[in-house]
Amino acid sequence: MAEYSPKVIDHYSNPRNVGSFAKDEDNVGTGIVGAPECGDVMKLQLKINDDGIVEDAKFKTFGCGSAIASSSYVTELVKGKSVDEVAAIKNSLIVEELSLPPVKIHCSVLAEDAIKAAVKDWKDRQAAKGEKPQGDPAAA
Amino acid sequence: MSVPKRIYMDNHATTPMDPRVLEAMLPYFRDHFGNAASRNHSFGWEAENAVDRAREQVADVIGGKAKEVIFLSGATESDNLAIKGVVEFYKDKGNHVITAATEHKAVLDTCKALERKKLATVTYLPVDQQGRVSAEQVREAITDKTVLISIMVANNEIGTIQPIAEIGKVAKEKGVLFHTDATQGFGKLPLDVNDLGVDLLSGTGHKIYGPKGCGFLWVRSKGPRVRLTAQMDGGGHERGMRSGTLNIPGIVGLGHAAQIARAEMAAESARTIALRDRLHRLITEELDEVYLNGHPEHRLPGNLNLSFAYIEGESMLMGLNGSAHGDLPAIAVSSGSACTSATLEPSYVLKALGVGDELAHTSIRFGLGRFNTEEEVDYVAERVVSEVKRLRELSPLYEMAKEGIDLKQYFAGAQH
Repeated sequence: MAEYSPKVIDHYSNPRNVGSFAKDEDNVGTGIVGAPECGDVMKLQLKINDDGIVEDAKFKTFGCGSAIASSSYVTELVKGKSVDEVAAIKNSLIVEELSLPPVKIHCSVLAEDAIKAAVKDWKDRQAAKGEKPQGDPAAA
Repeated sequence: MSVPKRIYMDNHATTPMDPRVLEAMLPYFRDHFGNAASRNHSFGWEAENAVDRAREQVADVIGGKAKEVIFLSGATESDNLAIKGVVEFYKDKGNHVITAATEHKAVLDTCKALERKKLATVTYLPVDQQGRVSAEQVREAITDKTVLISIMVANNEIGTIQPIAEIGKVAKEKGVLFHTDATQGFGKLPLDVNDLGVDLLSGTGHKIYGPKGCGFLWVRSKGPRVRLTAQMDGGGHERGMRSGTLNIPGIVGLGHAAQIARAEMAAESARTIALRDRLHRLITEELDEVYLNGHPEHRLPGNLNLSFAYIEGESMLMGLNGSAHGDLPAIAVSSGSACTSATLEPSYVLKALGVGDELAHTSIRFGLGRFNTEEEVDYVAERVVSEVKRLRELSPLYEMAKEGIDLKQYFAGAQH
């Protein structure tokens, strides 16, 4: 097994933005992708303000060092970007930044999927909120 | 706490050479360098004597006769010779082979090669959840075309020991030759080829603190006399069963390692089991949801294969093997996770236990051996506990489990 790139090791040893937002937090989109049977599960949460800008992000990952690094890096990448910008993020960016070898490229693909899943979740929640009249407790 | 900068706990993969073995080998590189096949001078005679002594040393470990031992390049070649050699020689009798799903690739790939060339049909017996096949399964699989049964003594990944003696009885009853890959059991478990009822036995030096590149095949000469078609031609060495100049230093090393293993087996086995159990206890005292893979009792002394729920094996290895935490001692162990294999396939042995791929992805194999110490065990336990706790904090699965979410249900039908 080849050695890891310094950036992967850094993210592994000092992962950024680990954790979860409180369950009652507003404006959070959550994406959970992968499966335990595959050895990779990523949970990515994006906190998006009313202007559609990603204010904060948190992650948790079950997976190898490269998977952890990919999702950790993503939480840094998305901050300050608009929803449309993050949805357009390509896995190749992650591969380049972390110098992922071919056998680990799928980790970056999963991270890209996690972003899209989180964005979709946020959009679905926005839509659900929009259908409720003001003052109604929104459906969870 | 005195632990070395690198702690080696992967003794199923290979073992460090015992200094006594190296000592015994050295003269045969420079001073006694003759070819054992040189019949006409003292250089050859002393080489031949050394080989004869090694044959005895190996045979003594398994209750066989010295002349029944053939030397070759390792257990892989030994498995190849046993299986291909028997199938080819006895092809008029039949072409069916019985083996198990958890055998080493040296056996499985050999069987597959025979199938591809249409030289044999193979039955791969499934194992139970602890990795055992039963003699009954073997009996039921035997047909009038069966020429060979091949079941290993003990599994390199999960440590499970197979019921070789029971299978041997069935083989004898049905008149089918019985080969066992004893790579992990030779020198570690008491084995007697007559008590076990085996006809062929494979082993190698580098799992018993001997050199790499040298192994053997024990071939029964009486009751019955087993014949084989050689797979290496060129001069008829080793009674026509394996041609090629003998690796004298390697053979001397293998023989010496076998002798030491036999003499020290009882004491070393007790010591290794105690260390293994200590490691297991220290880890499970601090962590919940840790599962033992393989049989709890019928198990190799030094083997501890554990699955740590909710964290993945490669990420754990990264925290142990020196990739991260460069200032701390590096710990060498292995994992059945897909991410640790070059082909991204999870361990087929763990898969065969039939409890889901996740067990493989979360597994770590510790292989304790002759040179591991209690200090090392204590230190490794501490590091493992700390890494698992850290990775569980990073794990969405741990979080979900703690919230009471049924993960199987949640991920049912999830595509990767």
